[in-house]
Amino acid sequence: MVGSTYRQGGILTLRYVLLAAGGVVMALPFVYMFSTSLKAHAYVFEIPPRLIPKEPTFANYQSAWSSNSFDRYFLNSVIVASATTVISVVLSSMMAFAFARYEFWGRRLLFGLLLIGLMVPTMMLIIPQFLLARTLGLMDSLSGLVLFYVGGTLALNTFLLRGFFENIPKELDEAMIVDGARAWTRFRRLFLPLSKPALATVAIFSFLASWDEFVWALTVINDPDKRTLPIAIALFQGEHATSWGLVFAASVIAVVPVILVFVTFQRHFVGGLTAGAVKG
Amino acid sequence: MINSSSAASDSTSPPHDAASPAASRARWLFGERRRPLFTPYLFLAPGFFVFALVMLYPIVRALQISFYEWSILPTAESVFVKFANYERALHDAVFWRGLVNTAAYMVATVPTQIVLGLIVAVLLDTRMPARTFFRVLYYLPVITSWVVVSLLFKYLFSSDAGFVNWVLHDGVGVLDHDVAWLQSRWTALAVVSVLGVWKGVGWSMIIFLAALQTVPKDLHEAAAIDGAGAFRRFRHVSLPAIWPTLLFVTVMLVIGGFNVFISIFLITGGGPAEETEVLLTYMYRQAFDFLDFGYGSSIAFLLTGIVFTLSLLQLRFLRRPTEFRA
Repeated sequence: MVGSTYRQGGILTLRYVLLAAGGVVMALPFVYMFSTSLKAHAYVFEIPPRLIPKEPTFANYQSAWSSNSFDRYFLNSVIVASATTVISVVLSSMMAFAFARYEFWGRRLLFGLLLIGLMVPTMMLIIPQFLLARTLGLMDSLSGLVLFYVGGTLALNTFLLRGFFENIPKELDEAMIVDGARAWTRFRRLFLPLSKPALATVAIFSFLASWDEFVWALTVINDPDKRTLPIAIALFQGEHATSWGLVFAASVIAVVPVILVFVTFQRHFVGGLTAGAVKG
Repeated sequence: MINSSSAASDSTSPPHDAASPAASRARWLFGERRRPLFTPYLFLAPGFFVFALVMLYPIVRALQISFYEWSILPTAESVFVKFANYERALHDAVFWRGLVNTAAYMVATVPTQIVLGLIVAVLLDTRMPARTFFRVLYYLPVITSWVVVSLLFKYLFSSDAGFVNWVLHDGVGVLDHDVAWLQSRWTALAVVSVLGVWKGVGWSMIIFLAALQTVPKDLHEAAAIDGAGAFRRFRHVSLPAIWPTLLFVTVMLVIGGFNVFISIFLITGGGPAEETEVLLTYMYRQAFDFLDFGYGSSIAFLLTGIVFTLSLLQLRFLRRPTEFRA
């Protein structure tokens, strides 16, 4: 190609300089959050602000975890996000199997309805969903959260999994049919094992969506014992406006699992995100 | 993107055997016929039931509620008021301010995220060490909860001893005084927009990066041999190739912009004096502070209508890249 090695090297350096400059902007708020979480209350509004705390302490973490019930909220979030993930992945993979491998009456209509669910802004439905939760007696309950989170994640998960299932060669189905395998056997023994990457993708999406969800939980949960991490953090900040050290200790507790999940599975994540967005 | 035409069907017949009538009926209902009657429905039933209950039914219900003076108590009667809630919105100054604020947020954040996301994607679209590191770093804000980053920015931009004021005033010296960012309309919206861009740029970057990687390398090489510089290669080779992706990202960001809620809700709460209210914060307050479900639903439907219309217009007018490049 054109350009000497010298010039290529210069361009690569320029790339790094620009990327690093942007990277500092991306990272700095996180660094400052972590550093504030290590500061005693007296240093939170210190001038000039310090990126590296003068006397770092984990007192905020201890206080958040034990005396401010964030152990409880963490457990609630784990229960809700795990249950949502398992149920949503099972139900959406079954639906995706039906859409990918069968022709049946109403197929296009049902899939179209699913796509509507993909496009409607979730906030739009919060009023009727609130009335529904009240009618079903699902206010103030973690299982109520799970039901609505599952409903909210099904459309996207089914859509992504159907795309993956359709690419599984039909010859494999046919071989199993010849051996006498029924639909459920093919679904369990063929489609699920072959779709592990896609299943991982939708599992991560579902987990993160329900782990981070805020508005619905804020609307239907009043019992302090049932709070999940996002509403617990927001309400805590509302009640203790200046306890930023504690707020950010709780935030770090909420964010670290997300970062771990993302860094571990980021390949699956990117694959799922760009499916459908990019042609070719 | 959506391929609903390629219907899959089992083309092979199961091995034929002369079984009992009951067995053959069972096979007709559940078995491997070309059109098994029940099997697909059995796979669909549990998931679709949940979906219909918590998504489809509420859509219909939302439309219904928006035509009522809705009573919160199950015992009291709700009054059918036709379009009164919609008319009320059109004469409500705060609704219009919310619409303007939402539009301002969109104008500030959508082009910025596209341009910055594209720049970062182009910078990362090469074989280089630490590529994954940068990709993860830029993507971190996307996966971090809105609650956490909203509170974080509220703290960074706070007027008493806030980090940003310190940097701009005492550090770089751009400002000669501390700014009360969250105390007035446009500075508060600026803060929320900065947050929106910071949180969102990683998403458009990831999508653009995936699209750029599908651009054939030999096209670039051919253009380079013809003497095209990096910028011209980007404009005439990469840009047309990723045009559908650009369109997709634009539509998604516009929809996302109209759905701005948590950041406003937690950073300004719509204040001071309803100055920074956006459509969704106003809708939420009408519904859950004033318990006016009918009015809240009509605002939600107006918002959805605007979003759908804008998406369709964008798809219609941005479709052909040749028009854009002319």
